[in-house]
Amino acid sequence: MSGERVVITGMGIWSCLGKDLTEVEASLRAGRSGIGFDPVRKELGYRSALTGIVAMPELKGVLSRRQRVGMAEEAYYAYESTAQAFKQAGLEGDIFKKEAVGILFGNDSSALAVVESVDAMRRKKDTTLLGSGAIFQAMNSTVTMNLATIFGLRGINFTVSGACASGSHAIGMGYLLVKQGLQRIVLCGGAQEVNPIAFGSFDGIGAFSVRESDPTKASRPFDKDRDGLVPSGGAASLIVESLSSARERGAPILAEIMGYGFSSNGVHISDPDINGQVRALNMALEMAGMGASDIGYINAHATSTPLGDRVEAQAIDQVFGASRPFVSSTKSMTGHECWMAGASEIVYCLLMMHGGFLAPNINFEGADEASERLNIVQRTTDHRTDVMLSNSFGFGGTNSTLIIKRHDG
Amino acid sequence: MSTTTSLRQDIESKTKAFLSEEFEVDAELVRPEAPMKETLDLDSLDYVDLVVIIEEHFGVKLTADDFAKVRTFEDFFDHIEQRVAKS
Repeated sequence: MSGERVVITGMGIWSCLGKDLTEVEASLRAGRSGIGFDPVRKELGYRSALTGIVAMPELKGVLSRRQRVGMAEEAYYAYESTAQAFKQAGLEGDIFKKEAVGILFGNDSSALAVVESVDAMRRKKDTTLLGSGAIFQAMNSTVTMNLATIFGLRGINFTVSGACASGSHAIGMGYLLVKQGLQRIVLCGGAQEVNPIAFGSFDGIGAFSVRESDPTKASRPFDKDRDGLVPSGGAASLIVESLSSARERGAPILAEIMGYGFSSNGVHISDPDINGQVRALNMALEMAGMGASDIGYINAHATSTPLGDRVEAQAIDQVFGASRPFVSSTKSMTGHECWMAGASEIVYCLLMMHGGFLAPNINFEGADEASERLNIVQRTTDHRTDVMLSNSFGFGGTNSTLIIKRHDG
Repeated sequence: MSTTTSLRQDIESKTKAFLSEEFEVDAELVRPEAPMKETLDLDSLDYVDLVVIIEEHFGVKLTADDFAKVRTFEDFFDHIEQRVAKS
């Protein structure tokens, strides 16, 4: 697939590992878990009260009341990560009047805002007492609506709801638009609310780890004793731009996006499927014009669920069994950042690529039959990696794979 | 101090407090003779929030027709005082 070459010129992060790139890189290097215990969840009847502990941004004094009133929790996180990304990319001030910058964010819920407005409606029996922000907070597009307005973005503007692959698909869509020459710059990312209301139904299907006595050990992707995922969230932002635009602006080039593979399993609403995952992996490699041996590191989707990690390990082994690239799941530290994960994990990859290290898959203490075939990074490893692949899979059988490559000019 | 004076003072102080805290307006600008819409720089969505916050603080709900009769903060205080006294 020919077209414009597509690069990443800025990134930002707000997660349980830190509130900026420096803090998050330090956590990744240290193998530090961001997981804790939230007693409110127990009061609500959760099986597991484990969660990523994410700080709430203070935006009073930064944004006006009118700008803040329609922002749900995840939009707060996304504002912070986006301000970082625009700053790094040198996109500030009048440039948004000259350049029709787009926005594509992955987000698949705004549950707290919906519940709060419904509670108020039941209590007051009068919709005119819900306030002006309720509608703009309650929509999945709360991030893209608000950020487009705040930053004055005039290009493509919509939200990608693709379950736990949302953030990855948002980058993939941005990549395709820039590659086709339809956009020169697109802000891409993912955002995820982290409140106790948001995850109740997910907890209810038994997907979460119940290792509550030891929160930082609970998320253990690929480990033989894994018992489920730990929900988490925040936001990650990436500036996806054509190489020609980046060069014109003299912007920093963090990496080139080489391939985007996607597929749908069409089989089961919650169970993964190796065939769908392998198709996404092969499509990404083909688009990148690469073979399996070109990939130096795989940031696995692996969320620490028994079935999910096993099927992904089998898919990785099927495609990469001959070359055995390094593999780790940063979800061992972050928990599962869900709608945000596909974007945040590209940020984590870029921090590793530029920092010359590979972050560990913490809590991997013993392999099972599937994960023993992978080359899992067990402790922080100094290593120069030029090509990285990131997997994201979601409910409904949606699969997304991105490949990024170091840009050498 | 009469009950009426006390009610009026209560309305004025509560209004200044919530406009300062929620609408981020300098309380010094909330003077009886000042025009309310211009001082608060209200758009159509702001009126929605103003209805909510007035209801929360005074237990009365204002409509668009009510706001049409309000030009200054004094008009507003008068209106709220009458409504609260009746309720």
